[in-house]
Amino acid sequence: MMTVPIEHGFVLVALLWVIGLVGLLSRKNTLFMLMSMEIMLNAGALAFILAGSLWQQADGQVIYILILSIAAAEVGLGLALLIRLRQHIGDLDIDKLDEMKG
Amino acid sequence: MNMQELLFLVPSFPLVSSLILLLLAGRLSPMLVALLGVGSMGLAAILTLFIGVEFMGMGGNAFQQVLFNWLPIAGAPINFGLHLDQLSLVMMGVITGVGWMIHWYAAAYMFGDKDVQRFFVYMNLFVFAMLMLVLGDNLVLLYLGWEGVGLCSFLLIGFWQHKADNVVAAKKAFIVTRVGDTAMMIGLLILFSEFSSLHITTIVESTVQVSQSNLWLACLLLVGGAVGKSAQLPLQTWLPDAMAGPTPVSALIHAATMVTAGVYLIARMHPLFLQVEGILNLVAWIGALTLVLAGLAALAQTDIKRILAYSTMSQIGYMFLGLGALAFDAAIFHLMTHAFFKALLFLTAGSIILKMHHQQDIFKMGGLFRSLPLTSTFLLIGLLALVAFPGSSGFFSKEAILAATYEAHTAGPMLWWIGVLGAFLTSLYSFRLLFIVCFGPANHDLKEPDYKPSSQLVVPLLPLVTLAVIGGFISLDFSLVFGPAHHPHLPLWIEWMPVAVALVGFILAWVLYFSRSSFHTRQPSDGLIRRFCRDGLGFDWLYEQLFTKPLQLFARINKSDVIDHFYHFVGWFNFSLNEILVISQNGKLRWYLFGTLAGCALMLGGLLWWR
Repeated sequence: MMTVPIEHGFVLVALLWVIGLVGLLSRKNTLFMLMSMEIMLNAGALAFILAGSLWQQADGQVIYILILSIAAAEVGLGLALLIRLRQHIGDLDIDKLDEMKG
Repeated sequence: MNMQELLFLVPSFPLVSSLILLLLAGRLSPMLVALLGVGSMGLAAILTLFIGVEFMGMGGNAFQQVLFNWLPIAGAPINFGLHLDQLSLVMMGVITGVGWMIHWYAAAYMFGDKDVQRFFVYMNLFVFAMLMLVLGDNLVLLYLGWEGVGLCSFLLIGFWQHKADNVVAAKKAFIVTRVGDTAMMIGLLILFSEFSSLHITTIVESTVQVSQSNLWLACLLLVGGAVGKSAQLPLQTWLPDAMAGPTPVSALIHAATMVTAGVYLIARMHPLFLQVEGILNLVAWIGALTLVLAGLAALAQTDIKRILAYSTMSQIGYMFLGLGALAFDAAIFHLMTHAFFKALLFLTAGSIILKMHHQQDIFKMGGLFRSLPLTSTFLLIGLLALVAFPGSSGFFSKEAILAATYEAHTAGPMLWWIGVLGAFLTSLYSFRLLFIVCFGPANHDLKEPDYKPSSQLVVPLLPLVTLAVIGGFISLDFSLVFGPAHHPHLPLWIEWMPVAVALVGFILAWVLYFSRSSFHTRQPSDGLIRRFCRDGLGFDWLYEQLFTKPLQLFARINKSDVIDHFYHFVGWFNFSLNEILVISQNGKLRWYLFGTLAGCALMLGGLLWWR
């Protein structure tokens, strides 16, 4: 079995994180921003897995489970907010939420 | 009972009365106010009389009374102590005695003024400060009194403060005398550093070797203080304007007491002046120049009070001349007689001004001898004493000063001739005043029964009239302060010369101002010389150009303080920064996100870079 070098895994983490970041910054639609955030979270989670396998520790996988559950909760909350947002202003454009200038 | 132990009560009476009047402002009836104000002065004067009699009876040895420690400086504690000797007794007598009469007169003069209570607060406080000045046994206490009288003078000149002119005059008096006071303060500090004490007796009897140049400087600065307070050249400009105050104030402060404080100071510190070269010479010259210049200025005035103000200046010039000629006793003698007759003159002027409904221009008076015979007689008596009519009080004192001037090595015949010229001018302006005010046709349209001199305006004048006439026969003994009296023996013509020139002055005044034919020429033509003299010989103009104008220019240029620019810049910088940063607060969530991440990247990058 061919082993994937650990550096490749970290490059994937960095790529995923940058993709998520660019999506977060460039997208106006709140739904896509939420999805980009999920990608960034997964990048972080993958980094924990990689670290766990590198040092042969189970902690990395434990944290992965934790991040996964946090992500699930976050998506639940985020989607609920999105529904409220759509009901409220009829749009998901994040730039329309600047009324409070804060 | 030993009366001298009660010395502290003399300044206490006016102080307590002043405090009572201050605390019960607006709650006392005018009658009670007058009673308190005048009564405290009366008590002080009577007590002074008793103390004086006992003091003389005991041979006139100096008496010290330390009340409490004021400034506990190690080695040279400054006590609140009183010092009574032959010099301060005379001063105390003049202040309380003449002051009592003036207070009495003032009570009648100011009756009906709504601020009469405030008036007496200031007046009594003034008397307290003046008594501290002459009784203080150390220079700090003297300086306290010195500043106290300056303050009261300021408050009383501007007493009718609703008129802007009065306020300006008050400020001018305060600021000009302040110049002298500052000089004096520096002088006191030099004395302290040289003698390491400010106790007057310690300083004047000190045998310590001190730096001659420092002592010279200290004496010069003391003369500076004296010149400011006594309205001598070159700080004399405030006195004529100080006439803005009520007339009794002019009589008390600007004729009888405060303006003579400079004379007292030099007389008190005279052992120092004897140790240094040239300062007494300077004092004599200051006095001589002032008495002539003030005499010339008095000749051109039209305001009765300003004439008297310049006359006061001129008479104090005689006192300075006497001090400079080492005739300290004669100077103090002239101080006393001057207090009598000048207070009398001011108070009669006050009566005339009341009669004229506060008209002070002598050319709008005239013929007052018929309508106010008694007051005019008093005026005549005062003026006779002023011109040193033989037998009157002023004759003896002025004669003593002039005789001493002729002989003294610090003065000499040159200054004597200037003094004689001053006597001529004195006579000329005095009789000019008398003839224009009291004789000739009336230049006013007041009805006869307009004004009756109340008895309260006449009774206080009687002691002053008496003293103005016979005050010269009071023999003052200063042997323990100034050393044995020195009686110069001069040729007869020198002794009678001042009288002769006074007679010439009288005749000239008669020709110029009395004869009916010259009535039309009496009205002052506005010639250049006359205007120059009337404005105090250009000193006001000179100081305006030298000090006021440049200062005002500087103030105008520096209206927004130069140093403020720095603080303005700090404020401007912060506001600008705020405005720039406010742009970034736009509510765009993605911008915030970008900012946060960029900040993180910067910090992380920086951290990695610097590692």
